[in-house]
Amino acid sequence: MSLRALRKEFGAVTAVDGIDLDIADGEFFSMLGPSGSGKTTVLRMIAGFEQPTGGQVLLGEQDVTELPPFRRDVNTVFQDYALFPHMSVVQNVEYGLRVKKVPSGERRPRAEAALETVRLATYGGRRPHELSGGQRQRVALARALVNRPRVLLLDEPLGALDLKLRRQMQIELKALQRDVGITFVFVTHDQEEALTMSDRIAVFNDGRIEQVASPVELYERPASPFVAGFVGTSNLLTGATARRAVGDDGPVSVRPEKIQLHHRTDLGAGGHQGGGADGECVLEGVVTEVVYLGAATHSVVDVGDGVHLTVQQQNEESSIDHLFARRGERVVLTWRREHVVRLDGAGRSTGDGSGHNEEE
Amino acid sequence: MSNVLHRRPGLRLGLLLTPPMLWLGVAYLGALGALFITSLWGQNAFTGEVERTWTLDNFRTLLDVDVYRVITLRTLAIALTVTVVDAVVAIPIALFMAKVASSRLKGILLVAVLTPLWASYLVKAYAWRGMLSENGLVSWLARPFGLDTPGYGVVATTLTLAYLWMPYMILPIFASLERLPDSLLEASADLGARSVETLRRVVLPVMFPGLVAGSIFTFSLTLGDYITVRIVGGASQMLGNVVYDNVGAANNLPFAAAMATVPVVIILVYLALVRRTGALENL
Ligand SMILES: Nc1ncnc2c1ncn2[C@@H]1O[C@H](COP(=O)(O)OP(=O)(O)OP(=O)(O)O)[C@@H](O)[C@H]1O
Ligand SMILES: [Mg+2]
Repeated sequence: MSLRALRKEFGAVTAVDGIDLDIADGEFFSMLGPSGSGKTTVLRMIAGFEQPTGGQVLLGEQDVTELPPFRRDVNTVFQDYALFPHMSVVQNVEYGLRVKKVPSGERRPRAEAALETVRLATYGGRRPHELSGGQRQRVALARALVNRPRVLLLDEPLGALDLKLRRQMQIELKALQRDVGITFVFVTHDQEEALTMSDRIAVFNDGRIEQVASPVELYERPASPFVAGFVGTSNLLTGATARRAVGDDGPVSVRPEKIQLHHRTDLGAGGHQGGGADGECVLEGVVTEVVYLGAATHSVVDVGDGVHLTVQQQNEESSIDHLFARRGERVVLTWRREHVVRLDGAGRSTGDGSGHNEEE
Repeated sequence: MSNVLHRRPGLRLGLLLTPPMLWLGVAYLGALGALFITSLWGQNAFTGEVERTWTLDNFRTLLDVDVYRVITLRTLAIALTVTVVDAVVAIPIALFMAKVASSRLKGILLVAVLTPLWASYLVKAYAWRGMLSENGLVSWLARPFGLDTPGYGVVATTLTLAYLWMPYMILPIFASLERLPDSLLEASADLGARSVETLRRVVLPVMFPGLVAGSIFTFSLTLGDYITVRIVGGASQMLGNVVYDNVGAANNLPFAAAMATVPVVIILVYLALVRRTGALENL
C-alpha cells in the first residue's frame, strides 16, 4: 500500500501536510504521534471515509483515491469498536460476508472460525453490550478479519483498555497478525505500544512524517529532536553544554539509561574536567531531583547553563535510600561517545524507511 | 429521619413511589375499570336513567348494528393511514435532521418541528378547513395538475390528523437516530455495504424503536380524536363522535362507555403486536 503526497485540509486547518509512504505486504506498520498530528485523518483517507484534498492512495497497483469505502479491499477496527448493537456477536462478524452476498452455508462457518481465532468461539449468541471491553475489541477484530482484507486499519484499538489487558492484547494482536499475514496499519499515541508491536513506525508531527524506521532504529538513532523527545525520554544537548560534553554545538541527544552517574569522590580529584578518556563524554553537575519509578530511578542533574539531564539507574538494591541521599550532591556524569545521537535535522526521513543516515 | 431513610433504601423507594403509584392505580386504571363496568350496565328506555343491572346489550348493539361496525373500521383505517403517512414523511426528515444537517440547521429544523405544537389544535384544524375548502390553497395548488381539493371527508380528516400528529412521529425517530453513532454507518460501509444496504440493515433497525414509539402516539391519538373529523370530515364520523354523542345528546352513558372500550381494546392489541417485535425493550 502506498500514499503519494497525501494532503487534507479542513477549511483553514491543514490536518495532513503531504505524506509519502510505502507499506509492504504483511507488514505491521504503526503510526505514532501526539494528539492532533493527523494520524486518524490519514487512516480515514485510506479507508475512504475522508476525501483527500490532494495526493493519492494506492492499494497494490490500483489507485483507490476516488473509490467509496465499500469498494476498497480494506477494513477498519474502530476506536469505539462500532459494533452493531442490534445484532448478535456472530451476526456482527458475518455482516461483511452477508452484504457481499456470500451464501449462508459458507458465511456461518467462516464467522465462527474468525471468532475462534480471537478466542470467542462460545460468545457468538451474545449481544455486544453483554461483553467486556476486551471482548468487544476482539469481536471488532474478528469482524474485520473475516473479510480477509489486504490491509487492516486499526485506530487506537487498545485505547479504552486497562494497562494489563492492553499488554495482553498487544501480544495477541501481534501474534494474530503474524498468523494471518495481513498488513496492519496501527495508529497509536503510546510510544511503548508502537515499539513493542511494530515492524516499522512512522512518527507523525503536525501533519507530517518526521521519521520512518524500525523500532530499534527509531529509539537508538532518532532523526530529529522531535523524534528523540517523543519516543522514549532523551536528553537534548545544544550550544555551550554540547560543546563541553561532546566538543561541538550539536544538537545531540543521549538516552537516560546510557548515562553513568558517579560520586566525585569515586573518580579521583579533577581528573575528568574538560573531556574525558577516549570515547567518553563527561559533564559535572548537581543532583536536583530523585524520582522513584519502581524498576528504575530517575535522577535529574543540573549541569549548568540551565540544562537538566535525566539519568536512569536500575534499582538493583532493595533500598534506594542511598539514591535519595544524593539530592544536592555534586556528581559526574559519563557516557560512551557511541551513544551520542546527532540530531542535525538533515535526516527528516522519507517514506521508504531508509532516509536516515548514520553519521557519527 | 434522613438517617433512617438513608439506611433503609426500600422505605425510601416506597415513600417516593407511593404517590405516583396511587395516581396510576386509582385515577388512571380506576377510571378505565369504571368505564368498563359502566359499559356493562343498562339504561331505562323511558327515563334514560342508568340501571345498574349487568347486561351485554351494549356490546351486542355495537357488533350487530352496521353503522357502528363501519365507523369502527373507518376509524381504524384512518388511524393506520395517518400512522403510515406520518412514518413515510417523518423518516426522511428525521434522517436528514440527525445525520445530514449541520448542527445549526439541525437546531432550526428542530424548532420548526416543535413550533406547531405551541399553536392551538383548533386553530390548526380550522386552518386546514380553510386550505381544503372549495377555492382554498389545496385546490389552487392541485388545479395545474388537473386535480382538485379532496373536499371535506375521510381524506381531509386523514390529511389533517397526519399533519397534527407529525411532530409526535418525527421526534422519537429523530431521538433514536441521534443515538446512532456515525461510526456505525462508517463501519457498515467499511465492511462493504452500499448506502441502501446500510439504511436497511443498520439505520432502520436502530430507528425502529423510535418508529414504534411514534406510531403509538399517532395511532392512539387518531383513534381518540373527534374534533378534527367534525371540522374537516363532512358527514363522516369516527369512534370518538359516537362516544361524544352518546354522552351528550343521546345521554346513553353505558353505550358511550361500551363504544369507548373499542379503541382501548384496539390499542391493547396494537401494543401486544408491537411487544412481540421486541421494540418496547429498546425504547
Ligand atoms: N472533521 C474535521 N473538521 C475539522 N478539523 C478536523 C476534522 N478532523 C480532524 N481535524 C483536525 O485535523 C487535525 C488532525 O486530526 P486527527 O484526528 O487526524 O489527529 P490524531 O493524530 O488522530 O489525534 P489523536 O491522537 O488525538 O486521535 C487536528 O488538528 C484536528 O483538529
Ligand atoms: Mg486519532
